[in-house]
Amino acid sequence: MSAIASPIVQPPVDWRLPNRGKVAMACLIFAESAIFTIFVVAYLFYVGKSLSGPTPREVLETPIFFTICLLSSSLTIHLASRFLERGKRGAFLGLWFLTIVLGGLFMYGTALEWHRLMYEHGLTISTNLFGTTYYSLVGLHAFHVTAGLLMLSIVLPLGLAGRVGREQSVRVDVLSFYWHFVDAVWVVVFTVVYVLGR
Amino acid sequence: MSSDVMAIKTAGASGKPWVETLHEWVTTVDHKRLGILYILFALIFLVIGGIEATIMRIQLMRPHNDFVSPQVFNRMFTMHGTTMIFFVAMPVLFGFANFLVPLMIGARDMAFPRLNAFSFWLTALGGFLLYFSFVGGSGLYGAGNAPDVGWWAYAPLTSRAFSPGHSTDYWTIALLISGFGSIGTSINIIATILCMRCPGMTLGRMPLLAWLNLVMSGMVLLAITPLSAAQLMLMVDRYLGGHFFDTQAGGSATLWMHFFWIFGHPEVYVLIIPCFAFVSEIVPVFSRKPIFGYPVMVGATVCIAFVSLSVWAHHMFTIGMNSYANAFFTITTMAVGVPTGIKIFNWLGTMWGGKLIFKTPMLFCIGFLFQFLIAGLTGIMLSAAPFNWQLSGSYFVVAHFHYVIVGGILFALFAAFYYWYPKITGRMLNESLGKLHFWLFLIGFHMTFDVMHIPGILGMPRRIYTYEPGRGWNTLNLIITIGTFIQGIATSVFAANLIFSYFKGPRAGNDPWDAWTLEWSVSSPPPEYNFASIPTVASRRPLWDRKHPEDPDSRYD
Repeated sequence: MSAIASPIVQPPVDWRLPNRGKVAMACLIFAESAIFTIFVVAYLFYVGKSLSGPTPREVLETPIFFTICLLSSSLTIHLASRFLERGKRGAFLGLWFLTIVLGGLFMYGTALEWHRLMYEHGLTISTNLFGTTYYSLVGLHAFHVTAGLLMLSIVLPLGLAGRVGREQSVRVDVLSFYWHFVDAVWVVVFTVVYVLGR
Repeated sequence: MSSDVMAIKTAGASGKPWVETLHEWVTTVDHKRLGILYILFALIFLVIGGIEATIMRIQLMRPHNDFVSPQVFNRMFTMHGTTMIFFVAMPVLFGFANFLVPLMIGARDMAFPRLNAFSFWLTALGGFLLYFSFVGGSGLYGAGNAPDVGWWAYAPLTSRAFSPGHSTDYWTIALLISGFGSIGTSINIIATILCMRCPGMTLGRMPLLAWLNLVMSGMVLLAITPLSAAQLMLMVDRYLGGHFFDTQAGGSATLWMHFFWIFGHPEVYVLIIPCFAFVSEIVPVFSRKPIFGYPVMVGATVCIAFVSLSVWAHHMFTIGMNSYANAFFTITTMAVGVPTGIKIFNWLGTMWGGKLIFKTPMLFCIGFLFQFLIAGLTGIMLSAAPFNWQLSGSYFVVAHFHYVIVGGILFALFAAFYYWYPKITGRMLNESLGKLHFWLFLIGFHMTFDVMHIPGILGMPRRIYTYEPGRGWNTLNLIITIGTFIQGIATSVFAANLIFSYFKGPRAGNDPWDAWTLEWSVSSPPPEYNFASIPTVASRRPLWDRKHPEDPDSRYD
């Protein structure tokens, strides 16, 4: 924001405003949190209210390994953006790729779990209230992971082509905010579905 | 050939083929053009929603009337409510925010111009889909066309069993899509206000309009999203056989009510806060005094935003909550009256001892003040749970919230139109037609909505298709309907004024009202880049400083 002095008022010496990308991402996260809150409230409200089985206690298995994958991807993306800030593009690309792999593993875990629930236990979204709320909440989160993976995957080829440098680090930061949010939501979803809702 | 001439004139450009002009408007990312598009879009829907209201009023004009069928009547009140909230009030307020916020904070555009265009076209698509339901709603079933489940669409009315065909799906998708548009625009407004202010424009020096739109946008992020989430759940229920609101499978219809009103009540404040913003800009200029109690106004607005997030269940007293919930929601609802009262006193304080100029914008603001006060008072009445049990679902409630929406929001909007029309088009609105519009609308409004409280107290339920004679409702309903027509005529005067003044109105110049905020420092209409050089400000009234270098506000900062 380059200021041109007006004849009357001298511009303030140090005029700095927040980065618009970061503010916008913070707003988006704020809005998304409200959406997730509603789904979480619905899930908790309907715990134990299904009129028929299967129940969470019977069929759910805690996905510890895939949770570790997703949570550690927060660390890798954080380190990736720190490396980019210092101009170490190789380390950035490696960690960025690792983040995508970890996120992909998590989605693979979700796919395995859903497949097991559907084909072994016959639980679909229309089976009972548990099915409806479980697939909606976990599915909404999985949708956000997928959207995040798509965005990360757009950056990767750009990075390989040498187009992502230090000057893009703020934008990469904005993307990593989103990824951290997706991870944080998983902590909530995990707690609600696999700990409180059993 | 005449249509070519019209299109060119509408765009304010000459010598271009009309296709090019149209293309420019459709692909524009300029915040001023998008603001105008938002406003025109809303005005079209205002006419449609108004016609729907008139159809309802003709039907209720006398007992045992059969002007329309009961099915059509249900569609009319559903479409009227949905249209007026989502496709008139929201877009027109976003339109003004779009047009004014960058100009007022000394920016050249919004933070994300393309997101801005995308959000507008999402809203437009939502509006189109809602009305496409008249054509496509019956689907393969031949059952009903437009949505007829009421604007709050309570479960289980929206389940497949009671809403066959696609009408409810069009309603759901229209609101979901326009909701995403609203979220996009809100993010944009917040990012613009926080990140694009010109040098010296600290948060404490921002015009109140920018402050209040900042708060409004923050509320949209928290209020529209629960509705979006609830709409997603409804779609899961209707398309995937889910059971969120399916009482047969243990689901809860009450949960939908909570989710809807967690959106629904903050939404009222989302709509009224930008109107507070208009009044806070217009009243000082026509009182020739700076706004009274600027920091308190900001504080009260933030306070309203917080408290209004915890009042939603006052729409649900009659579902039978426990006494703790009733007491909680009664108290929080009454508490909202405190910061709102502070605002009313601040506007009065601004006018007190001022040199009042009764131009049309000021008249509408004064109308707003009185009517919003009365709307607030009936609101306090309805916030008391026992009183609410008696009158919930009656015409008293309809009268109350129309007092807020028409007497408050629409009056403030008309004020905004008269005040900023010169900036938007470069021409003044005709003052005589404006005064005629004001008085006609005032009379029509009071005939309709003052009287409407009485049949409510006498027990007339809302959404009723027709009624028996001999209950004492006949004359009252006739007066209400006559008032509606007077409002219709007044709105036609307004529309005629908008069109007539666009071509024949006197040139406005940069600053027709001798105002103090930055939008009046540029030409009318503003150039595409807004400011040739980015301004620098040192007080809340940068133009006052420029006009009075001997006694600038910045001296007292």
